[in-house]
Amino acid sequence: MGMGRNQTRPIPCVKEGKLQMATTIQSLTTQNHRKRDRERKIIRGLTFFFALVSVGTTAGIIYELLKETVLFFQEVSILEFFTDTRWTPLFASKRFGVLPLVNGTLLVAAGAMLVAVPLGLLAAIFLSEYASERMRKILKPILEILAGIPTVVYGYFALLFITPILRDLFPETQIFNAASASIAMGFMILPLMASVSEDALSAVPRSLREAAYAMGATKFETATQVVLPAALSGVAAAFILAVSRAIGETMIVAIAAGQQPKLTLNPLQSIETMTAYIVQVSLGDTPHQSIAYKTIFAVGMLLFGMTLIMNIISYFVTKRFREKYE
Amino acid sequence: MDNNHVVLETKNLNVFYGNFLAIKDVNFQVFRNQITAIIGPSGCGKSTLLRSFNRMNELVPSARSEGKILFNGEDIYDPAIDPVEVRRKIGMVFQKPNPFPKSIYENIAWGLKINGFRGSKSEMDDLVEQALRGAALWDEVKDKLDQSGLSLSGGQQQRLCIARAIAIKPEVILMDEPASALDPIATLKIEDLMRELKENYTIVIVTHNMQEAARVSDYTAMMMLTGEGERSGTVIEFDRTSVIFTRPKDKRTEDYITGRFG
Repeated sequence: MGMGRNQTRPIPCVKEGKLQMATTIQSLTTQNHRKRDRERKIIRGLTFFFALVSVGTTAGIIYELLKETVLFFQEVSILEFFTDTRWTPLFASKRFGVLPLVNGTLLVAAGAMLVAVPLGLLAAIFLSEYASERMRKILKPILEILAGIPTVVYGYFALLFITPILRDLFPETQIFNAASASIAMGFMILPLMASVSEDALSAVPRSLREAAYAMGATKFETATQVVLPAALSGVAAAFILAVSRAIGETMIVAIAAGQQPKLTLNPLQSIETMTAYIVQVSLGDTPHQSIAYKTIFAVGMLLFGMTLIMNIISYFVTKRFREKYE
Repeated sequence: MDNNHVVLETKNLNVFYGNFLAIKDVNFQVFRNQITAIIGPSGCGKSTLLRSFNRMNELVPSARSEGKILFNGEDIYDPAIDPVEVRRKIGMVFQKPNPFPKSIYENIAWGLKINGFRGSKSEMDDLVEQALRGAALWDEVKDKLDQSGLSLSGGQQQRLCIARAIAIKPEVILMDEPASALDPIATLKIEDLMRELKENYTIVIVTHNMQEAARVSDYTAMMMLTGEGERSGTVIEFDRTSVIFTRPKDKRTEDYITGRFG
């Protein structure tokens, strides 16, 4: 970047390809070339600007989140935030232990993965190993359309369809409960899990399958013991992406899981997730300058940190997976 | 020809991909403990023929075949026969080495496990060693059995694939240009190995390389495109390799072998 502009200018010409290379020296001096060069600069500037907007927005959000979080921690100790087991910022006796919210989030996410991972993997194995080319071409887009169903629909599906079934099966089930939100969320992230896993399975070279078949492996043995392990990093990336979706999911839990921050592993009870808490406070009548209001930034920051770590892990896992087969 | 025991025999074999007749009316035999080479120009159906012997062809969705392939007198295309069983008896080594992304040990142990091995760890160790010795690879890998099969050189990978194939004790080993992706030294090792293996196994090898066919094989099947528009491959001549390479009966074989083809 320290180099003078004149020195770097000819480089894009060379990049244009072999055909151009032969005439580069003449075209350097032509009017045509200068015009193209100017256009290129304008387009470059414009695209850079839009790239900057998206990066800037992210930076702005993080800045706001951080600022409010710092203000929050000036009043509440970090130790209390992470170790206290009660979360009652909206009550008269305020306690700021985030663990019940984290517990609720992880409980619902774990339940959702329990649904999405086996079903998603089986769907992926079916699509990549058993389905005919034609069937895959029909089924995969349908699966991806499923991913486009608004989450609010899943939320009401949980509350009005799954919860009554759960209450028939287990009478102690509360109206709002973690299990019903988990199941609906599991179905919501199923397409993501299946689709990304299917990509990973399909990327496994045909020669490996042939090797397995040639040794007298059945289709199922080949799929589960050769193809799946070979695609493991891709499947792991799908898993992490799905977990991060589950942790960040808001609508389903806000509708179906309840608003009672509770340290429990019983999925039939009403709990509250981090996202649902943020919704509750944002939509409620909590005064904006109060400490109760500031809690949502601290919770939001923690949520952001959790999903960020997940995405970073998934980035590296996916990268490793690409290196293997390209 | 002589009275050797016939292991594999094709009878009026036709193989189609969709409506395309890839090989037609193939009739020849593979004799026990001999190396049979299938030679011929590119695209004449050598691999298709080879892959018919262990029913690998049917993994291509549009493939179907007519006629018979007898394995010790039994038609392997009989609807009652499970292709998985056929492949356990007729192993295969591919053109490009394709070890599993598992450890060297597991590459061999896996085949034994899926084929019903229920013994102890030490029995398995013995079988793995036996297979690796059989493929002349043991001395090179005995200290790194837990490393990935992919960490080996190309020639070693190919011998690992051979070890993997012989571990499950097939009767026949099909080899689809097993040395074409290897350097000359690795190629020679594979050829030496083939000569050792034929003591216990029957080998069918597809090769582009006529010198290789002349060096290692006992019998040679010459394939060529024939028929309407010369699009379907068939075996035009089959005989002892020494005969094919010195006194071929078919003019086309002679032209191909002496390099006058095409």
